[in-house]
Amino acid sequence: MTPLDVLLWGVAPYVMVAVLVGGTIWRYRYDKFGWTTRSSELYESRLLRIGSPLFHFGLLVVIIGHVIGLIIPKSWTDVVGLSQEAYHVQALLLGGVAGISTLVGIGILIYRRRTTGPVFRATTGNDKLMYVVLVAAIVAGLTTTLLGAAGGEEHNYRLTVSPWFRSLFILQPDITAMSRAGLAFQLHALIGMALFTLWPFTRLVHAFTAPLGYLFRPYVVYRSRSAGAATRPARRGWEKIG
Amino acid sequence: MRVMAQMGMVMNLDKCIGCHTCSVTCKQTWTNRSGVEYAWFNNVETRPGQGYPRRYEDQERWKGGWVRNRRGRLTLKAGGRVRKLLSIFANPVLPNIRDYYEPWTYDYEMLTDAPLGDDFPVAQPKSLLTGEPMAVEWSANWDDDLGGAPEHGPQDPIVERLRAESETAVKFTYEQAFMFFLPRICEHCLNPSCVASCPSGAMYKRAEDGIVLVDQDQCRGWRMCVTGCPYKKVYFNHRTGKAEKCTFCYPRIEVGLPTVCAETCVGRLRYIGLFLYDADRVTAAASVEDEHDLYEAQLDLLLDPADPAVIAQARRDGIAEDWLDAARRSPVYKLAKEYRVALPLHPEFRTMPMVWYIPPLSPVVDRLTETGHDGESAGNLFGAIDALRIPIGYLAELFTAGDTAPVRRVLQKLAAMRSYMRDVSLDRPRDESIATAVGMTGGELVEMYRLLGIAKYEERYVIPTAYEGDAHELEEIGCSLDVEGGPGMTGSGPFGEGSGTPVPVSVETFQALRERQTSEHVTDTGQPGARVNLLNWDGKGRPAGLFPPRASR
Repeated sequence: MTPLDVLLWGVAPYVMVAVLVGGTIWRYRYDKFGWTTRSSELYESRLLRIGSPLFHFGLLVVIIGHVIGLIIPKSWTDVVGLSQEAYHVQALLLGGVAGISTLVGIGILIYRRRTTGPVFRATTGNDKLMYVVLVAAIVAGLTTTLLGAAGGEEHNYRLTVSPWFRSLFILQPDITAMSRAGLAFQLHALIGMALFTLWPFTRLVHAFTAPLGYLFRPYVVYRSRSAGAATRPARRGWEKIG
Repeated sequence: MRVMAQMGMVMNLDKCIGCHTCSVTCKQTWTNRSGVEYAWFNNVETRPGQGYPRRYEDQERWKGGWVRNRRGRLTLKAGGRVRKLLSIFANPVLPNIRDYYEPWTYDYEMLTDAPLGDDFPVAQPKSLLTGEPMAVEWSANWDDDLGGAPEHGPQDPIVERLRAESETAVKFTYEQAFMFFLPRICEHCLNPSCVASCPSGAMYKRAEDGIVLVDQDQCRGWRMCVTGCPYKKVYFNHRTGKAEKCTFCYPRIEVGLPTVCAETCVGRLRYIGLFLYDADRVTAAASVEDEHDLYEAQLDLLLDPADPAVIAQARRDGIAEDWLDAARRSPVYKLAKEYRVALPLHPEFRTMPMVWYIPPLSPVVDRLTETGHDGESAGNLFGAIDALRIPIGYLAELFTAGDTAPVRRVLQKLAAMRSYMRDVSLDRPRDESIATAVGMTGGELVEMYRLLGIAKYEERYVIPTAYEGDAHELEEIGCSLDVEGGPGMTGSGPFGEGSGTPVPVSVETFQALRERQTSEHVTDTGQPGARVNLLNWDGKGRPAGLFPPRASR
């Protein structure tokens, strides 16, 4: 357990969480107006209608895969009689398909962003940085999935990455476990942490306000004027001085 | 019964000359910003024509509004909640910017910077989206005044439908063409499908006055409202990524002023007032089976503001006395429900729109006179209505889901009013049979004439102000003039001009605007050092504060 291991697997995760939570709260309080998907569908929809669902639905499956792989301990799947090989086959199939569609999806989206004039002009530096980190995270993740198929102790993330991930929540990070993981896993984890650190400051925040409430509210929304802008606290730039 | 109040508008199409003043003033007020260059909260369309955005009325393509499903219930035409969420990553029926038009500017710099030469320099059009030179091919009123009608006119969805259903061919040859203007704002519907489409719940209908608004802090740019609105009156700001729409100029309405489009209308064709309606029955009314019954169902929702039972229930539902009084004097209620001359736009979208239109009659009189008839005699007028140059079927497709009977009744009433009023003006005995033929009394015809013909400002706009009780909240930050930099809020902070807290808009603009627009002489704020906002300066005289104080000599 070198000092670098402690820094990367013992300190960095907590810094990431602090920035993610704090940054999100800060952004929500001070930049509600900027909290949007910043959709460019108005400019171009042909490629978007292929790329965007491919990317987003792929990503949703990838998230489910991460939850299963990281949270459910190996001992539990052993108990239900799922062998290591069978587990890996399903992980490879599900993860591979989802990962590839995510990657192809974002590939289409980036191609569209670069080649469609108005969309490219509406792309900020913030977006570009976010795209680099996001694509790196997906590529690294897909690599680990494919390596996982090769088998071997160091590629079995359920003995290295997962225990470390779960140990983070009880504030006793299992640094040794993570330091034994393969390089690809370590890279993927680091890029992932970088992505979550950037998250609150990019347009990715739209994911935190996925409109699930729509399923449960009445169609037509009424609001009283008194609950509107007039009684809201003063906005940024309108603070009282002195 | 649950009584709610709704701000409504009526437009008298007979008077619209298509000058676009409403569009221009509205644009200057609300959408003269980057990102909404293409957004026209108010636009004026030439009919027949494709409208703006192109062919927005074709709901088989754009999937706006509501449909009645087999079980007799209303569903959004673009799909319900689950389908909306599943298609949230790429809205399948969002109009492209080219269905509106690509906004552009001109390379004006070329006019002054071009080197000396034999040719005049030209300001080339440049796209505001890409910055590249572009060919201007379409805009908000490209087919204005039937420009290019032989080419564009047949693509009007109503012209197409008339041709398919009744083989009424709308003619576009010069001698046989007709046209009228249709100014459009947001309909502020009783059953708004844009609000129902918003996944974030950012769009809402104000409980007090029924104005439909977008909460800019809550909008996440999912774009479903653009699809949901069958009138395509919600626009996507492509810079901020948020939806924007006509606000019914609510900051003006709250202080009792009409909307900017109505205030600046040179034809004085717009009427603003209150409707009282039964909120409990809205869904039922919007779900009636036969599309032809929708107009009547919508009228049934409007409650008689003079009915004691309605008044008692309205009081229980918290509607203030001055609002009830305004509802009793409402010009829009009179035109829509009492005289029944105003019709809703496209009731078949089942959104219960609250901007009503009096269909145009004008050309008929000249037409009759040309053919040697007495153009203002009631008998001739009634007979000629079916031979109008503007086919009654076209008007019916716009205003009554294709049912010609209500449109014919409205036009007959307007014709009867002309005929009856001619006798009044010429001091001849009044022919009451003209009035009874259209189911009205002579007195009602005279009243209607006064409202439509004289159209005094106070009668066109009956707008109650926001409640006295919470009037202080209208001023931003809930403060009054006596705090923050002292009386008058002169706008100069400790670090010189422009520093410190900006003057709240409500204090500077709306009070001043109201004062200036209603008083006969120059409004002097009477506060030393107070500055005049040039945007509000009415050009009268030289109010103090127009120029900064002179340096001491």
